[in-house]
Amino acid sequence: MATTPNVERAGLQTEHRTARFREYHLMLQAFRRDILAVLSLVVIVLFVLGAILAPLLTPYAGQGRGDPNILEKFRPPSSAHPLGTDYLGRDVWARILFGGRSSLSIGFLVVTVASVIGIPLGATAGYYGGWIDNLIMRITDMFLAFPPLLLAIAIAAALGPSFINAMIAIAFTWWPWYARLVRAQTLSLREQYFVEAARSIGVSDVTIIVRHILPNVLAPVLVQATMDIGSAILTGAAISFVGLGVRPPTPDWGEMISTGRIYFIERPWFAGSAGAAIFLVTLAFNLLGDAMRDVADPRTRRAVA
Amino acid sequence: MHKWEYVIRRLAMAVVVLASVSIITFVIARIIPSDPAAAWVGSHPTQEQIAKARQQLGLDRPLYEQYLRYMRSLLRGDLGTSVRSHQPVATDLKTFLPATMELVLAGMVMAIVIGIPLGVLSGARKGGPLDHVTRLFSIAGVSMPTFWLGLLLQLLFFKRLGLLPLGSRVSTEIALYHPVTRITGFYLVDTAVTGNWVAFKDALNHIILPAFTLGTYAIGLTIRMTRSTMIEVLNEKYILAARVSGLPERTVLFVLALKNAIIPTITVLGLSFVYSLTGALLVEVIFSWPGLGTYVTNAVLSIDFPVIVSVTLVVAVFYVFINLFLDLVQAMIDPRVTLQ
Repeated sequence: MATTPNVERAGLQTEHRTARFREYHLMLQAFRRDILAVLSLVVIVLFVLGAILAPLLTPYAGQGRGDPNILEKFRPPSSAHPLGTDYLGRDVWARILFGGRSSLSIGFLVVTVASVIGIPLGATAGYYGGWIDNLIMRITDMFLAFPPLLLAIAIAAALGPSFINAMIAIAFTWWPWYARLVRAQTLSLREQYFVEAARSIGVSDVTIIVRHILPNVLAPVLVQATMDIGSAILTGAAISFVGLGVRPPTPDWGEMISTGRIYFIERPWFAGSAGAAIFLVTLAFNLLGDAMRDVADPRTRRAVA
Repeated sequence: MHKWEYVIRRLAMAVVVLASVSIITFVIARIIPSDPAAAWVGSHPTQEQIAKARQQLGLDRPLYEQYLRYMRSLLRGDLGTSVRSHQPVATDLKTFLPATMELVLAGMVMAIVIGIPLGVLSGARKGGPLDHVTRLFSIAGVSMPTFWLGLLLQLLFFKRLGLLPLGSRVSTEIALYHPVTRITGFYLVDTAVTGNWVAFKDALNHIILPAFTLGTYAIGLTIRMTRSTMIEVLNEKYILAARVSGLPERTVLFVLALKNAIIPTITVLGLSFVYSLTGALLVEVIFSWPGLGTYVTNAVLSIDFPVIVSVTLVVAVFYVFINLFLDLVQAMIDPRVTLQ
């Protein structure tokens, strides 16, 4: 008996960790080589920082939050107002910074809430199979039978217009995709030897799901979530656009396009800037998700690297 | 034999999905709002109005009875009455639905006419300049808020170039002097059938911008899908054989290769058709297009709940049927399809 079981286990764990570390290192290397992905990450970080530090980045914080400034309405871009002022005379740059708070958080919140609902349901359905699987999957089918945006509009209309309600409405149309994704992954993981081994030594189902299945499901979910943040921001903007999301005077990019639309042909700067912000952020998340998918998959990663 | 079994099971599945669609719209209409009767009456109702509405809607009955009543009226084609126009929603839909359909179909035509050739050429010269341009276009198309794209196109083609009209289906003069006779509700069809070519040209001018705005997503998706299947197909030996035997490259690409690359593209086209149905809601608002989108947005503003729920239901039913149709078509074309 050279080593005690405990030492052996510790050794195994270290080896396991080094392998995992090497994997992360490879991913990071491949990621750094993708210029577009790095650029996208920079854009996202800048937008998030802009939203968090909004009051420090503009002298017109009050206007950014919604205070009208009627005397200066419809000013085109100038040195005092780099992006001009809107129909209430508010500085558009300040509105964009503060609007990022609701538009970006709706993206992050929707994906988080959808994952919190979808991941456990998907893992349960995939792991247990049988009638539980059938029940959960039929419920997802019900939701997937609707065009997502329209269902979100209907739910948001039923709940009443507000930021939180818009977020709930979108998350409700979103979770079935995560449940599906996680279920499909779990189905194949369930048959793998390491899960069978864990089961054979009497590890409980919950522990197997949490410790052995979920960590392996996380990578595809993360990739999906990154791409989805962009679509969630778009959907949030669309919901504000039809008048069901954030209520004025609270700033929001979708709301800015909605109210600026009627002035657009003559004074394009305020609705235009909001649209550009949505476009840039969504594009960045899509490109980042795309790159992450390539990097997370060892086969495409090596092709990239 | 197997094929028919598949068709029957797929039809049965569609019925189940339709039933669940009705359950969800029922929940949205009757259970989520804290007081559906108040929502039904509209803003600022009196106590009596609410009490009367509650009785009218049967909200004092048990839930399953309410659902059965709801289903019965749906099956009769009764979608309720609009709070705003006091018209049956079904009547309103008859005017608005064709406008939306015409727009969506025009967008799909653009996806086919622009997307497929560009996809074929990008796939044929993988990594070439055209391939890079189309890749950029596709990613941008997916990330672009449709309503913003619509505004930008208006700015360019209406304000700067003065080439195309700003919105609506026909111009006022045409509506006055060359009115469109309503047959199908599709203006391009109606004007062509009645030989009203002045109005046809005008309607065509009006549909270009909104259809392109709506179609951008579908065009991008079609390019990507056609490109990737083309790349696969072009590696096949029969293509090499065709090239060696000296067939012109155009025939090789657009006849021999495309024939086998087209099936996944058809699926993607179907999916983007469904996607466009909701995208149209936003595009219509930008281009003052009198379709479902304008109808729903006005309903949102005036809290016209029966309209919102009915449109959701109708579009969802369309959604289910298009998916069913796609699956059946694929089963006919592709012998490998089986129901899982």
